[in-house]
Amino acid sequence: MTTELTFPVTEQQLQSFSQGRDEPKWFTDQRLAALDKAGKLELPKPDKTKIAKWNFTSFSYDADTEATSSYSGLSDAVRTLVGEEADVGNLLTQKNGVTQFGSVQDELKAKGVVFTDMATAVKEHGDLVQKYFMQDAVSSDEHSLTAAHAALLNGGAFIYVPEGVEVEAPLQAIFAHEGSFGLFNHVLIVAEANSRLTYIENYLSEGSGDAAVANIVSEVYVGDGAVVRYGAVDNLTDSVTTYVNRRGYVSGIDAKLYWALGQMNDGNTVSENTTYLHGQGSYGDTKTVSIGRGKQIQNFTTNVIHFGKDTDGQILKHGVMKEAATSIFNGISKIEHGATKANGEQTERVLMLSEKARGDANPILLIDEDDVTAGHAASVGRIDPLQMFYLMSRGLSRTEAERLIIHGFLEPVVGALPIDSVKEQLYDVIERKVY
Amino acid sequence: MTKPSLSVKDLHVSIEEKEILKGFGIEVKGGEIHAIMGPNGTGKSTLASALMGHPNYEVTSGEATFNGEDLFEMEVDERARAGLFLAMQYPSEVSGVTNADFIRSAMNADRGEDDQVSLMQFIRKIDEKMGTLEIDQSFQHRYLNEGFSGGEKKRNEILQLLMLEPKIAILDEIDSGLDIDALKVVAKGINELRSDDFGCMIITHYQRLLNYIQPDFVHVMMQGRIVKSGGPELAQKLEEQGYDWIKEELGIEDETVGQ
Repeated sequence: MTTELTFPVTEQQLQSFSQGRDEPKWFTDQRLAALDKAGKLELPKPDKTKIAKWNFTSFSYDADTEATSSYSGLSDAVRTLVGEEADVGNLLTQKNGVTQFGSVQDELKAKGVVFTDMATAVKEHGDLVQKYFMQDAVSSDEHSLTAAHAALLNGGAFIYVPEGVEVEAPLQAIFAHEGSFGLFNHVLIVAEANSRLTYIENYLSEGSGDAAVANIVSEVYVGDGAVVRYGAVDNLTDSVTTYVNRRGYVSGIDAKLYWALGQMNDGNTVSENTTYLHGQGSYGDTKTVSIGRGKQIQNFTTNVIHFGKDTDGQILKHGVMKEAATSIFNGISKIEHGATKANGEQTERVLMLSEKARGDANPILLIDEDDVTAGHAASVGRIDPLQMFYLMSRGLSRTEAERLIIHGFLEPVVGALPIDSVKEQLYDVIERKVY
Repeated sequence: MTKPSLSVKDLHVSIEEKEILKGFGIEVKGGEIHAIMGPNGTGKSTLASALMGHPNYEVTSGEATFNGEDLFEMEVDERARAGLFLAMQYPSEVSGVTNADFIRSAMNADRGEDDQVSLMQFIRKIDEKMGTLEIDQSFQHRYLNEGFSGGEKKRNEILQLLMLEPKIAILDEIDSGLDIDALKVVAKGINELRSDDFGCMIITHYQRLLNYIQPDFVHVMMQGRIVKSGGPELAQKLEEQGYDWIKEELGIEDETVGQ
């Protein structure tokens, strides 16, 4: 049975939206072709989670946000994340896809580094965007949500780091969401040979919790010898249904891509994170933490797909389920024929804090080559009553004891995250979510 | 201030419906050190766990009061905050939580928002106590009991005892797995706490710890209750002659319970 989705935007509306943004023709055409596909293709089928009845189509397409360009126009929540104005380095903030503040150090501009919003990028760096946008990492015709994404894109960032340029300070993007807006946010990162980059993004909700949709796609292209660290803290409210797909296309020899993902949404979420290791000797490392609460249902699928020889893929996922939250953690290490000497390892651990919480960890190794090494570990368990007894026997309340155990459970991942600011933000978010 | 007191009367405790304690009674006051001795399997550790509120032990009858309050009406953390402490024989390991974070949280558990132990106060105190116990500095930054040797776990229990300064402490076989040097260090730590405001129940089946911590009272447990009490000389006699003479005297054939 196929369910056709109807998105609340007509071809004419989309055309005029695109024209209003002064987009090049190729981009408008791509949108219109994708809109047609969005209504015809099926939803993705994340393993072990049924999403057919989730809200992916009911949202407003009016951002209802004024563009601003000053630090003082930012909300308190955003300012907490970016710090003092004097400390702002390389930053892009958007609310409902509308850019509110942008800043790039002159020194980086001089080296040819591009860090701008997608709306500007398609106009000013059209060739680069066209070369990579939804090409090798993600395709618009995978399913209705990638198609809808290509059609309705209304926010996001573009980052380009030229060959040999090492960006020391992190580039930070903050994507705020408000009201019933349908956010179709795209992040495109291109790291040329021997470049280095750390990128950090935050998704957060502001204002009241109307039913809304976030459809997020990130693509990261990593060239020969380049190193990209990608950190994210997703923190959207419970009324937002999220589809988030972050993919890395590691084509370079000895290229490295590190993902540090704090998946802290309160609403139903389907998250796919895939790293394609094409380059010989390339490395992909994924660390994720999540806390589920309320009645939310989430599916976190991490794939590392080895094509190149001597590739190394590591997955480490820890999740805590509170209240009546349900989460599926799928980890897939796939080693293709010809990827000799590849190594794929993964660990998924789930801690459930209540009788009603549900968690499932599925480590999967798919190996099509003999000369490889691979391993996996998984556990799903409830809080150990003897640990609780021990902690409480020192005077800690049940809540405080649980808090320590949760922090301790997530610490092997959070403590090992390669980006300090993401680590600190996550400690804050975890602290707020465990109580 | 009145001396702390723990009073236990006719206590019966079961685990998985098997009765282990059968009419145990004791009175421990501030300033007193009681040694509870006895062969393996006579219910000593059950006593310790039940008094602290271990989830696997069920109190079926009897009573216990702590400073006049009904102990069994209190949650585990309430017992601790009231001043009861159990140095455990097999403390849990908690990954990802450092010893220092844990001990500081515990010290702050019964303090108000504006009366929290400052980081400086904490560091000064833990440095001093680790010095007393001859514990390496790295100890406080390791995850709670994770990968600790048996002896390290025991020292960590005593470190917590010294940091939390409870009113009544129960030490459950704190001497097992310790060599003689470690034993002396641990004894030194406990002796530091001796005062009218501190009472202690030392559970052991060897007399040797009592060479370094002089008990005021010695009790022998068999069949889930105290069968003989005396002063320090009783421990000495047990060391020399073992437990058989008590069994003979009391006509006990099998001293164990629930085996």
